[in-house]
Amino acid sequence: MAREFQLRVNETMRTITSPPETPLLYVLTDELALQGPRFGCGLGQCGCCSVLADGVEIRSCITPAGKVVGKSITTLEGLPSYYSAKMKLAKTPELHPLQEALISEQAPQCGYCYNGQIIKGAELLFKNPQPSEAQIRSAMNGHLCRCGTYPRILSAIQRASRAIAEVIRG
Amino acid sequence: MDNSDSRSILARREFLKATGAVVVGFSMADTAAAQVSSATPIRRGVVSGPPDEGEIDSYIAVHPDNTVTIFSGYVDLGQGGPTALRQIAAEELDLDFDQVLTVRADTFVSTNGFTAASRTAGIGGTQLRAAAAEARRVLLTMASERLRVPVQELTVAKGIVSVRTDPTRSISYGELLGDKEFNRRYEPVSYTGGIELPRTNPNNAPPKARTQYKIVGARIPRPEMYDKVTGKYVYVQHVRVPGMLHGRLVWPRGQGPYGVSPKVIAIDEQPIKDIPGVRVVRRHNFVGVAAEREWDAVRAAKQLKVTWAPVPTMLPGDGGLHDSYRAAKTKDSVVTNTGNADAVLKQAAHVVSSTYRGPYESHGTMAPNCAVADVTREGALVMCSDQGIYQIRPTLAKLLNLPLEKIRVQYYPGSNTYGSSCYRESAPAAAIMSQELGKPVRLQLSREDEFGWDNYGPAHLADIRAAVDTNGKILAFEYQAWSHAGPAGATVEHVALGTEPLVADTSTGVGLYQIRVSQNDMYDIPNRRLIDHRLSANGYLRIGPLRAPLDPPYFFAQEGMMDELAYAAKLDSYEFRRRNISHSRWLGVLKAATDAARWTPRVAASNISSGKIASGRGIALGTHHLPMNQGDRITYAAAVAEIEVNKETGAIAVKHVFGAMDCGLAINPGIVESQIVGMAIHGTSLALKEEVHFNQTNVSSLDWGTYQTLRFAEHPPVTPIVVQQIHEKSSGAGEEVLPAVVAAIGNAFFDATGVRLREFPLTPRRVQAALKAGTSSRSV
Repeated sequence: MAREFQLRVNETMRTITSPPETPLLYVLTDELALQGPRFGCGLGQCGCCSVLADGVEIRSCITPAGKVVGKSITTLEGLPSYYSAKMKLAKTPELHPLQEALISEQAPQCGYCYNGQIIKGAELLFKNPQPSEAQIRSAMNGHLCRCGTYPRILSAIQRASRAIAEVIRG
Repeated sequence: MDNSDSRSILARREFLKATGAVVVGFSMADTAAAQVSSATPIRRGVVSGPPDEGEIDSYIAVHPDNTVTIFSGYVDLGQGGPTALRQIAAEELDLDFDQVLTVRADTFVSTNGFTAASRTAGIGGTQLRAAAAEARRVLLTMASERLRVPVQELTVAKGIVSVRTDPTRSISYGELLGDKEFNRRYEPVSYTGGIELPRTNPNNAPPKARTQYKIVGARIPRPEMYDKVTGKYVYVQHVRVPGMLHGRLVWPRGQGPYGVSPKVIAIDEQPIKDIPGVRVVRRHNFVGVAAEREWDAVRAAKQLKVTWAPVPTMLPGDGGLHDSYRAAKTKDSVVTNTGNADAVLKQAAHVVSSTYRGPYESHGTMAPNCAVADVTREGALVMCSDQGIYQIRPTLAKLLNLPLEKIRVQYYPGSNTYGSSCYRESAPAAAIMSQELGKPVRLQLSREDEFGWDNYGPAHLADIRAAVDTNGKILAFEYQAWSHAGPAGATVEHVALGTEPLVADTSTGVGLYQIRVSQNDMYDIPNRRLIDHRLSANGYLRIGPLRAPLDPPYFFAQEGMMDELAYAAKLDSYEFRRRNISHSRWLGVLKAATDAARWTPRVAASNISSGKIASGRGIALGTHHLPMNQGDRITYAAAVAEIEVNKETGAIAVKHVFGAMDCGLAINPGIVESQIVGMAIHGTSLALKEEVHFNQTNVSSLDWGTYQTLRFAEHPPVTPIVVQQIHEKSSGAGEEVLPAVVAAIGNAFFDATGVRLREFPLTPRRVQAALKAGTSSRSV
């Protein structure tokens, strides 16, 4: 039996029994039953498995779980809370502004890649709340979508950016 | 969460009543269906379907809370089809959209819908509309008796029937029938060869007049979007059941030539000895591994040493593919021959001859296919993403040696598929492993499995000759097409049964992979000859339906040639098409696309920049019509693409795509627009990037590095235009713009550079070579 270890996931300490060399993705999906991060390639190429580690987007399918001990992992499920804390909001909104915007744009088709699109888009908006179109295109380039919804994701990030600007203005 | 159930409880729960546990992904709608079933002779959820299509109850159930469930076998492939079906039912029954629910497609619950070949709205919608019209009539008759008012004096809104002159006297559908049966037979709509058969009963309930539509034709938002952006949406990849093992397939890296199945010479388990609890499953040449922990299964599949029989060097390799087509023995057939194309082509003043080529393309699902199976002696439960829950049963029955009615198939969504990705590999593999191990097995394909064993979109070779007169009228058109037959059966099926694929002839998939008149007859051409050269599937790659099968390479060729003719006649490309098309709906989409793009007339390549960046625009038509599936339901599509070519690097940037589509009655124009956007991006990806690579023995493009797809930074803005036709039949809306976009980009390249590239994808290497040669490197 491998020794247990602790991971901070969505602001909760979780005891993990998988061996620490197990890719984080399998710990999140199989052991913690999370549905945000998901398997797409296992090679770090597509972005379906993305999570935030201390606010930085990483590919959980190629990151050993033991390597993120001590970091704070945020999955899609924890994104609204993370956003709320980061923005020092009085009340946690049900959705991150990008999630709201994607619904408004009716962006998803199959929606499978959206975990990564949202995690990466949110990371960008934390770093740069008012990104230019070129900055959005560049930041998002490592996230594939095979239903061809890129134009609507782009519009949604721009829409979310406007919403965040309003939140910042108060 | 409910992880404590034993397996027997799970099975009983599956077969009788859902609990709503997230781990197995039941929705409220499932629960509603199961509750209906327990009380009714239809025995929904208890016995194997498909239920009798002549019973209203097979399609529709009314609940006490005044909601309605429809039992359509049509599934959501990510394109929103079920939303459209709910709109149709709501409209016909005078309910709000939210009052109509759907259930998970399930062979113990659903009618027999096959979500393929653009059938959902055109066929599924028509059948549901007829059932709903009958249901409404039954409900109104009941209301008339209860309210003691003739039916003509009743009106319905939100499922509440009231007296026109006295709205205080009313009764709801739920009160009239709540969870009881209609118990009413009617004449369903049926189809032969894609054609709707006339119904013979003069007393069939007439559907609502289309001019009164309020919900059909409206942009109802898709209800699953919230779940999709929050991670609550359950994909098959999420399904976990108690006692389950994680399975992985072990097969050679990348498929070899069709006709030679993988054969195991030896298996060495020594390399996986240190991985705890791994089980190796072998059945003939089927090899899989399973473990309680997913990572252990992943590692074991990588490390298990299987020696495979050497693969004969039969494949032509991607570089030699089209030459091998031309050299092969073919079965030739004349698809159409009107007038005398040969004679005219010999005499005409302006004759253009060209050869066009298209590659194999992959479905490239974002999620490799996955399935969960629980097989016991009593029966099998298979949860998978097959486009046809009923259509996969015979394969499972054969592999498991179980009768059809003991196999329950449930649809769980996967990612994008747009045709036959590897779901017919994952579900049988899960079932075989579950049967061998006596436990439920979740079988997840790897990225490499999915790319390597896919049923690729067909590669294509075309020789075209055409003649045009000085007024720009097409005098003659000859198209000779080369393609090979499709596979028979999934690879997993053959390796597990120890059989070889039988197909050494040219017959399978003839309809799917053969050119057809409806691809060409939008043009008024007096002398037309279309010839199909069919190769055996043996020695080539597996092909299968992939979004508008065959149409991307066909329209790339045909619409490229139309542009060549326009150029020869010194005519603007749009004007040339107007002179050769009289069909109003084709002219309608052409006008819609060119209006949106503010197309101004000029001859192609008449404004070439001498700088490093050259811009150009192209126009093309497209459709997808397979008579056996679409019958008389044609969709009309046109696209305009604007591009920039970097003459130094050979890189093409698509700057804007305008896509117009007339799919008859668009049930939900918002969803149709989403499809147009998706097809524009998919088409850009096909035109510029996608190509399956292979050598003499196997496929070598096995990941996103070696199989290129359009990336975020490269995507063009898209302007979608829906040409609504409320009085026409609904036809397909997810395939037809795709080929037009591929062809429009090809034509835009000529406009930008004066050089025609007749092979796609238009990669930087091809572009540079063509520009250097000053003409297409592969023109005839």
